[in-house]
Amino acid sequence: MQWETVIGLEIHVQLATKTKIFSGASTAFGAAPNTQACAVDLGLPGILPVVNEEAINMAIKFGLGIDADINKVNVFERKNYFYPDLPKGYQTTQLEKPIVGAGHVDITLADGSTKSIRIHHAHLEEDAGKSLHEDFHGMSGIDLNRAGTPLIEIVTEPDLRNAEEAVAFAKKLHSIVTTLGICDGDMSQGSMRFDVNVSVRPKGQQEFGTRTETKNLNSFKFMEAAILKEVERQIDLIEDGGTVIQETRLYNGDTGEARSMRSKEEANDYRYFPCPDLLPVIIDDSRLEKLKTEMPEMPDAKKARFIADFGLSDYDAEILSADQGTANYFEATVHASDDAKLSANWIMGELSRSLNQNSIAISASPVTADMLGGLIKRIKDNTISGKIAKEVFEVLWQGECSTADAVIEKKGLKQVTDTGAIEAMIDDVLANNTQQVENYRVAEEDKRGKMIGFFVGQCMKASKGKANPGMVNQILKQKLDG
Amino acid sequence: MAIDASGVKKVAKLARLSIDDDAVEVTAATISSILELVDSMQAVDTLGVEPLAHPLDAIQRLRPDQVTEENQREQLQGCAPAVEEGLFLVPRVIE
Repeated sequence: MQWETVIGLEIHVQLATKTKIFSGASTAFGAAPNTQACAVDLGLPGILPVVNEEAINMAIKFGLGIDADINKVNVFERKNYFYPDLPKGYQTTQLEKPIVGAGHVDITLADGSTKSIRIHHAHLEEDAGKSLHEDFHGMSGIDLNRAGTPLIEIVTEPDLRNAEEAVAFAKKLHSIVTTLGICDGDMSQGSMRFDVNVSVRPKGQQEFGTRTETKNLNSFKFMEAAILKEVERQIDLIEDGGTVIQETRLYNGDTGEARSMRSKEEANDYRYFPCPDLLPVIIDDSRLEKLKTEMPEMPDAKKARFIADFGLSDYDAEILSADQGTANYFEATVHASDDAKLSANWIMGELSRSLNQNSIAISASPVTADMLGGLIKRIKDNTISGKIAKEVFEVLWQGECSTADAVIEKKGLKQVTDTGAIEAMIDDVLANNTQQVENYRVAEEDKRGKMIGFFVGQCMKASKGKANPGMVNQILKQKLDG
Repeated sequence: MAIDASGVKKVAKLARLSIDDDAVEVTAATISSILELVDSMQAVDTLGVEPLAHPLDAIQRLRPDQVTEENQREQLQGCAPAVEEGLFLVPRVIE
C-alpha cells in the first residue's frame, strides 16, 4: 500500500530578551546554577509578575514577519501541572487569545518548487527550568536559571508531507527569527526546539491517522532522523496488523533510538484558567505602527533582491539570504570588492569551509568582509591567481596580516605578468624536457590540447604558482607550435 | 452537573491534594453543590457579553527589558531542604 505522511510542528523559540518574561532576572546563557532565578521565577509566595515589554514586541515582530494577524487583547493563562523544574506548579502561557494569529511561512524545496505552510498561531509563554539527573545521592538537581525565559510557541497546521519539507520549514523559520533578531538561533543551546507530530494514512485518504508527538528535537539533523524513524515504525506497525496509539515519544539523537515517554491514556488535564496576577495586555495601534517601521528586510525579499541586483542564481541567493549574518557579510564583501559572483563563491566556498571546520559564526570570522573584498579585488585585477588567492586567504585567516595587499607584498606573491620573465621561464622548462617537446611536436593536433597541460604545470611549478596562467598558456603554445 | 467519588479522587490527584477516604463522599457532595450553583448561573443569557479575563477594569503595565534582579541564590536557597553545587535537590524524577 502507498502511505502518505502528515507532519505538524510545534516550535519553541527562546526570545533574545535580556531579562525574563515576568521578572527582571537575566536570561544570559551559561551562568552558574540558580544565580539568575529570582523570587518571581521561583514562584515564592507574595510575588507579582510584570510583563517584559520587549517580549511582547518580539512576538509581534514574528507575527508581522509571517503575515499574521496580531491579537490586540492578550490574556495570559495558567497551565497547571507538577514537575520539579516548574516550581510555581503552573506555566504561564496563552490559550484562548494568543498574540499571533494565523499566518504562513513559504518554503523552497530541493526541486526549486515552493510551498506555503500555514501557521495556526503563535503564543507567548515562559520556559521551565532544567532537571539534571546525574547522581546526586539518588536525587535530581534543579537549575531554575531558564525558568521564566520568554518563549514563543509556534504551531503549524498539518501541512508538511515528509521529512524534507519539515527540515526546509525548520530552516526557514530559523532564518526568519534570526533575521528579525528575536532569537539567537543557537540550537545547541536550546534556543529553538522542535516537537514533531507525525501520522501516516493510506494515500488518497482524507482522514488523518493517529499521531504521535516526538518532543524536544534540537537540531535539523535529529528532527529529520526522528521523523524518518517514526514514519517507518508506524507503517511497519500498521502493516503488521497493529494500531498506532497517541503518545509522546522521545528521540535520542546520540544513539538514534526512540521510545515511548508516556501514553496519554490519562489525557493531560491542565485545568487552564486566566492568570489572576496578570491583567490583559493591550496592543495599541501606535505600538504596531512603530514596530512595522522597525521591521528588517525579510529573507524572501532579500533573496529576490540578491537575484535582481547581483545576478545571483536562485540557489546562491537562497543560501546567502538565509541568515542575517551571512547576508550582511555578503553585502559588505560585494561593497568592498565590487564583484557579487566572486564574493558569493568565496563566501560559500573557502570561507564557510573554514568557519565550519573551526565552528566559528560568520559574524566572528577572523577574515572580515573588508579583508575578503580586498582579496577578491586582487584576483579581479590579475595581481594574483585564484590558486594563490587561497594561500593569501589562509594567511589572513591565521591573522598574520590584516589585508590581502600586505600578504601579497610580504610573501612576494604578486603574479608575474612580465612577458620577458615568463618567456625565460618557459625556455628553461622546454630545455629541461626535450623528450616531451619532441612528443608534442609529432602528436596529432587533437592530442596536443591535453599534452600542453604538462608544460603549463611545469611552468606554474617553476614560478611557485605566480605566473599568470593565461599568459603561460599563450606563450607556450606559440613556442611549441612555432 | 455533579461530581462523584472517582471524580474527586482524580481532581485531588491532579492538584496533589491528599483526601482521606472517608472524606471523599462528603467532598463530592460539597463540590457538587458548588457545581449546581454554576449550573444555575449558566441559565443567565450572556450572549454578546465579552468573557471577563480579569475583575479589574485595567490593563497590564509593561516593564522595560532591564536586569533588576541580581544573584540572591544564598538567601533564596536558605529555605530549601537540600542543595548541592548551587542546585536544588529533589526526589529523583525520570520519565
